[in-house]
Amino acid sequence: MAASCWRPGADPAILRLRAELLTRVRAFFAARGVLEVETPALSVAAISDPHLASFATVYSGPGPRHGRTLYLHTSPEFPMKRLLAAGSGCIYQIARVFRDGEAGRLHNPEFTLLEWYRVGFDHRRLMDEVTDLATELLAEHVPLAEPERLSYRAAFQRHLGLDPHRATVAELAARAERFQVPIPPGMPTDETDSWLDLLLTHRIEPRLGRGRLTFLHDYPASQAALARLRPGDPPVGERFELYLNGIELANGFHELSDAVEQRRRFEWENAARRARGQPEMPVDERLLAALAAGLPDCAGVALGFDRLAMLAAGKQSLAEVLAFPFERA
Amino acid sequence: MATYSTNEFKSGLKIMLDGDPYAIVENEFVKPGKGQAFNRVKVRNLKTGRVIERTFKSGDSVEGADVTDVELQYLYTDGEYWHFMDPQSYEQLTADAAAVGDAAKWLKEEAVCQVTLWNGVPLSVAAPNFVVMTIVETDPGVRGDTSGGGGKPATLDTGAVVRVPLFVQNGEVIKVDTRTGEYVSRVKE
Repeated sequence: MAASCWRPGADPAILRLRAELLTRVRAFFAARGVLEVETPALSVAAISDPHLASFATVYSGPGPRHGRTLYLHTSPEFPMKRLLAAGSGCIYQIARVFRDGEAGRLHNPEFTLLEWYRVGFDHRRLMDEVTDLATELLAEHVPLAEPERLSYRAAFQRHLGLDPHRATVAELAARAERFQVPIPPGMPTDETDSWLDLLLTHRIEPRLGRGRLTFLHDYPASQAALARLRPGDPPVGERFELYLNGIELANGFHELSDAVEQRRRFEWENAARRARGQPEMPVDERLLAALAAGLPDCAGVALGFDRLAMLAAGKQSLAEVLAFPFERA
Repeated sequence: MATYSTNEFKSGLKIMLDGDPYAIVENEFVKPGKGQAFNRVKVRNLKTGRVIERTFKSGDSVEGADVTDVELQYLYTDGEYWHFMDPQSYEQLTADAAAVGDAAKWLKEEAVCQVTLWNGVPLSVAAPNFVVMTIVETDPGVRGDTSGGGGKPATLDTGAVVRVPLFVQNGEVIKVDTRTGEYVSRVKE
């Protein structure tokens, strides 16, 4: 170990910037009457999304949960929805969350999520509020042109010249070849979603939000995650992602409130896990019970606070804006 | 040979792709908020020097390449092959023109070079960063010409040609940076 290994990764000015940004986040929500909450980081249930891996630990007692496996949350979404169902009204949380298997320039296995829910909002109105907050936090640090909204379809049409809702696997593969997108060995080449993800991450995302906040919205139904589907031709998931300078900053939904549909998606995700040889995750029955009791119509968004701090600080990696990045933790 | 998971990827790691040895130049973990994680990797072909981009699904494995760097002493060339010796074991190794490449013009007998071996066979040869050579042919300098940016070509004893200042003369010994091919200084013998 190097002699300097005890030192922080971020310099003092950055730590002050982080603190100032957090103060302004709290002031922003206080002014709008949104309540700050804290929910458990450990739960007997875990997210079943096959692309997210939860850290697990075992509780040694006392109490009835003695010996149970507990999972560290990957986002505070489920308990926050239980609060909403219980009538909390609009809420936000600044949560430290944990994701196994994610480390790199823009990933740290634990990081800070700013997550909030607005009762009575749809994803469009929430995009307005995300714009307000991000502009307030970033405008003095980063040049920002007028924000932009781009549907998933428009983004594919602009950058790849095809309609993602109608394109066949062969057409998507041909685009990947034309733009020399390297195909990962083992990628399921018969799945439309694999190609859409590949083209999105390689050809579109790096070009999103150049000098402005760009919202990508209205995803294919297969990528709706926890978003509502808006009937239409084709139906689209009322979901958005926010990009600035090619970096994904936030992911929001007009929230699904149908317990039956939610259970079906959890089961589908666990089936996908089985097919991939990944462990199945215990479904959050308390969330499903809350949805059954009635989630108010709401929209929610999770924003990567460390990435926002990185952009505000003009840095290139999360390691430069974390007091102690993973390697020094 | 060992296999490496994408979790072990880092710059400098040597891996096999399509039958050729590659070195990882840059490794980036990419993961959309809702989607498959992968590693976007820039790799340099150790035979051709070409850098290409590849993508791996995170968690996948690739075969490692048996590539090592050793210091060998250059002995001689027979015109087709360049002969080197391991100064410790006295084992001799031969490198072909593809492996020696541009280093050929900087090789003087007994020079210690860094040689990259793939499966024990020289893959590439790096000349020492600085070499000392004798000028065998250059035009006489024009007296009093001190204009900057000038200089003149000089042929060295290995056949390499470098630009030298006008005051440097035939028969003089000079130091050359092989990475840039530039004259550094005169050397007093």
